[in-house]
Order: sequence, then structure tokens, then C-alpha cells
Amino acid sequence: MNKIIELKNVTKRFGGITALNSASLHVNKGEVVGLIGDNGAGKSTLIKTLVGVYSPDDGDIYIRGEKVVNWSSLKARISGIETVFQDRALCPQQSIVWNIFMGKELTYPFGFIREKEQIREANRLIREIGFTSKLIDAESPVGNLSGGERQGVAIARAIYNKAELIILDEPTTALSLNETQKVFDFVNNVKKTERSVLFIGHNIFHVFDISDRFVILDRGEVVHQLNKDEVSSPEKLIKIMKDTVSKH
Amino acid sequence: MIIENTYMKKFLHNNGRALGSMGYFILLMLVFLIGAPEVWLRPNLHQSVFVMMPTLLFMVIPLVFLVASGEIDLSFASTYALASYVFVLLIKAGLDPFLCFIVGVLTGGLVGAVVGAIIVFGRLSSLVASLGVLFLIRGFLFVSTNSRSITIMEVDTHWMYPLLVGKLYGFPVQVIWAAIFLIFCYYLFNKHVFGIHIQHVGDNYVSASQMGINVNAVKIKAFMFVGIGAAIAGIFTTLITYTFFPTQGFGYLLLALAAVFIGGTPYWGGLGTIIGALFGVGVIAYMEIGVIAVGMSGTWRQFFNGLIILLALLGHRLHGDRVR
Repeated sequence: MNKIIELKNVTKRFGGITALNSASLHVNKGEVVGLIGDNGAGKSTLIKTLVGVYSPDDGDIYIRGEKVVNWSSLKARISGIETVFQDRALCPQQSIVWNIFMGKELTYPFGFIREKEQIREANRLIREIGFTSKLIDAESPVGNLSGGERQGVAIARAIYNKAELIILDEPTTALSLNETQKVFDFVNNVKKTERSVLFIGHNIFHVFDISDRFVILDRGEVVHQLNKDEVSSPEKLIKIMKDTVSKH
Repeated sequence: MIIENTYMKKFLHNNGRALGSMGYFILLMLVFLIGAPEVWLRPNLHQSVFVMMPTLLFMVIPLVFLVASGEIDLSFASTYALASYVFVLLIKAGLDPFLCFIVGVLTGGLVGAVVGAIIVFGRLSSLVASLGVLFLIRGFLFVSTNSRSITIMEVDTHWMYPLLVGKLYGFPVQVIWAAIFLIFCYYLFNKHVFGIHIQHVGDNYVSASQMGINVNAVKIKAFMFVGIGAAIAGIFTTLITYTFFPTQGFGYLLLALAAVFIGGTPYWGGLGTIIGALFGVGVIAYMEIGVIAVGMSGTWRQFFNGLIILLALLGHRLHGDRVR
């Protein structure tokens, strides 16, 4: 299998607390991996370590089979990994277009912004993602948008960069049914284009529907991994999860 | 109709704060014009404003960048004098004045970088830490100059002098430099990665960092820019008056900060306006002479400065609170 990213025995400590304990995880090309676990299991820490927000205290990270050093958010993005963070990582006082291109602006030489091109692309993206209101365009401030629309901006940013791996951290939290369905459609579309998704959630029903493989995290350790064909329903998955966690 | 409506809304959203400060400026001019029309129409009154405005602009515009990045700096008022001090010392040592100018400006950048690094890596409050640096540098200047001023009449004959602070058909050349600086900074703030990253960092530094922006580097660069602006202002003033004195720049500390906020840049970061800052500087510069021009005693000046700061802040409230 073609591994896009792999974490090997990664440990992360905050003061005396071990948030990740020798955790290993990989994502193959074209697959959707569901990362599940209870609150405080270390899901967000694992993701933030994976994308370079936190640097691991121990263990290695491999991108397409090659070990990386001094891993950072910028390097992750350059390597084709985009993340839709749980808090959406937006700047609410700024326009949609500035948020979509945040950190990866389209520029002329000497760093001046290709403003018209950015606005055109942002307008196309937000229509693609399903913004229908005529009152919203690329130059509207993000602070005026609803939770679902803000999620849309964060997703638009991830798809613009044609990432090979898109990480969605609790993307359906606080979304309406309709908005949740849009997120699912998005994941399925990404999958069709042979790109990968790492989907983090604690709603097992959501994760079950769209994932090819499940990774169960508990108290900072990866305690179980199984493919979708090994489990027939979300209820079974919940049972497996409970059993592995109680044994752990 | 809807499109027009949103266009207007967008225009107001993007320029509301700048328009607001332009409003205060026009209002102030009207008050003075009605109060003392005969004085107000005399060109030499405006000329004295043109001497003060460039100096203030060199300090205030970089401060807009810094405040938009979510930080503040008070030490610039001392950096102003330190850069002038380095400048005059090198002149006295017999170096070419243009080289002295460059080294003086670089000194400002260096002080800014050090202040920024202390604040960013030491995780200190920029208000308190830069207050410390303000006194530290000023103290150093008093000790090392023995509180004496230094005159540099010799720069008068150098080619740089008329180029930087000379008169062009009776018009002060530094106004042109300030105008170029203003236009450059407008593009730097609104259309360049530097300004845009500053606004991202000031708005939400966690998001900016998650998106791969080096937050610490952005902040340190903003502090450096303030140092460079203060150094230019200081050296220009020293050239105009042919004199360095150790208390130089201290009087600008609060006026420059007032101009930033009257200009419509909010204190909370993530937003800023260069055009607004121009009008903020206009308000401050005209207030300094306008009070006397309308026939009031100079002792009223601070009172009116205070009044206009409060009125301006109340006015800018109309643009709403911080959006989260």
C-alpha cells in the first residue's frame, strides 16, 4: 500500500501529562480513515502532532516513506496535507478570500498579492462548496457567517490547495443535518479523486458511514485498528470500542 | 438593488474607520475655520503643520502595523532619540552623512528587533516591557550625553540635506518623503503578504500559526518596522533643527499613540487603517497649533487633545465591537 503519512511510536507530553504514548498511525492513498476515541483520548493532540502544530517528544513522522525533520505546519501544507481544525482556524475580522489563502497567498514577485485572481478563485470555491446566498461573496467578512458557513470556508481552503490528504477534526460538531450531509458529500467527492481523508469524530454513526478503516485511540494510545469489512454496523463498532477500552 | 446595497456595505465595512477619522479631521478644520477664519487662511500656519506631520507619520504608520498585529510599543519615543544620537555621533566622527543616516535607521531596526524578540520569546506584555525599554534607552542617553545637546551645522552643505529636508519652491521636501512612505505603506498593509500576515496574527494568532504563518517572526518584523520609522523621524527632526538633544522625541510618545487610535485602528488587533492614520496625524498636528490660532491659551491644548481622543473613540464605536 501507498502510505501518504505515517507516525511511528510518537510520544507527546505536556508537563507531567502524557497526551500521546508511543502512538502509531498511517493513512494510505485514496482511503478514508476514521479516528475515534472518547473525549480526552488524545485525538486532537495526535492530529496537531501530525500536521506540525506540536512537535513530538519522541517518535518519527514519515511522508510518502521519507522521514521528516523539523516538521512544521508550513511543511505539512507544502507536502500536500490540509487540515480543517476543530476551531476552524479562521480570522473572523477578515474576508473570506483572505481566510482561504491564509498562509498560502498567491503572490507576484516581492510578495505583493494577486488580488483579483484570489477573489475569483475564492468566489468559485464558495459556490462549489454550496454557498447560495447572493449577500455573501469572497470579500464578505467571516465574522458575519454562520457556523456551517465558516466550516465551508475552512473546507474551501483545504480543497483549493489540492491536498493529497485532508484532515477533518470533528467536522460535524455543531452543524445542522443539512450541513452535516454536505460534509459527507465532500468526503465522498474527495475519495473519488483518489485523495485521502483522516476523519476525526466522536459521533460513531458519522464516522462509520464514510470511513474505510477505523483507528481507536484511548488515553494517548492506539488500542485497535480494523477495516470496515470486519465490522457490520455502527453498534458493533461501539461495542468493539467499549471492549477494547475497558481491557486497556 | 441588493447588489448596490452590499457594495455600499462592503465599502463601509472596508473603509468605515478611515472615513470616520476623515470626518473628525474635516470637523476639526471647520471648527477652526469658523473660529478664526483670517488666521486659518494664512499659508504659513499650514506650513508649520507640514513640518510636524511628516515626523509624526513616520512614527504613526508603523505603529498601525504593530497595533494591528496585536502588540504595542512605547519604546519608539526613545528609539527616535537613540537613532539620532548614533547619527550625530557618526557625523562628529567625520563619516559621510548619508552613511550616518543609513546606520542611524538600521539602529532603529536593531532596537526594534531586540525589543520584539524580548517580548515575543520572553512572553512579556508588550506594554510593560516596552515601557521598560523606553526608560532604559532614555536613561542611557542622559548618562552618556551628560544631558547636553549636540549641534551638527556641518550637514548643511552635504548633498543629502536638501534632498531629505530641503525646500522645493518653498515647500518642505520631507512632506514628499512622508507621502511616498504613506503610499508605500498603504500597499504594504493591504496588498502585501507582510501586512496581511500582520492582520492574521493580530486577529487570531492560533489560526495564523496553524496555517503555517511564523507568528513570532511576523511580530518581531512589526517591532523592527516601528524602530525604523522612529529612527527616520528622529533623524529628520535632528536634520531640520541641526540639533540632537537627549529629551528628543519624548513629547511624541502619547501624541503618536493618540493619532493611531484617532485614526481608527482598534487596540485589539487584526484591523488597521493607513489612510485613517493620516487623518489621525492631521487631527493631532492641527490641534497642536489650532488651539492657539483660534486665540485660546496654549494651556488648553492638552484638554482638547483629550476631548478629541474620547470623541473619536466613541465615534469609532459605531463600527461595532470586535467580531469573533
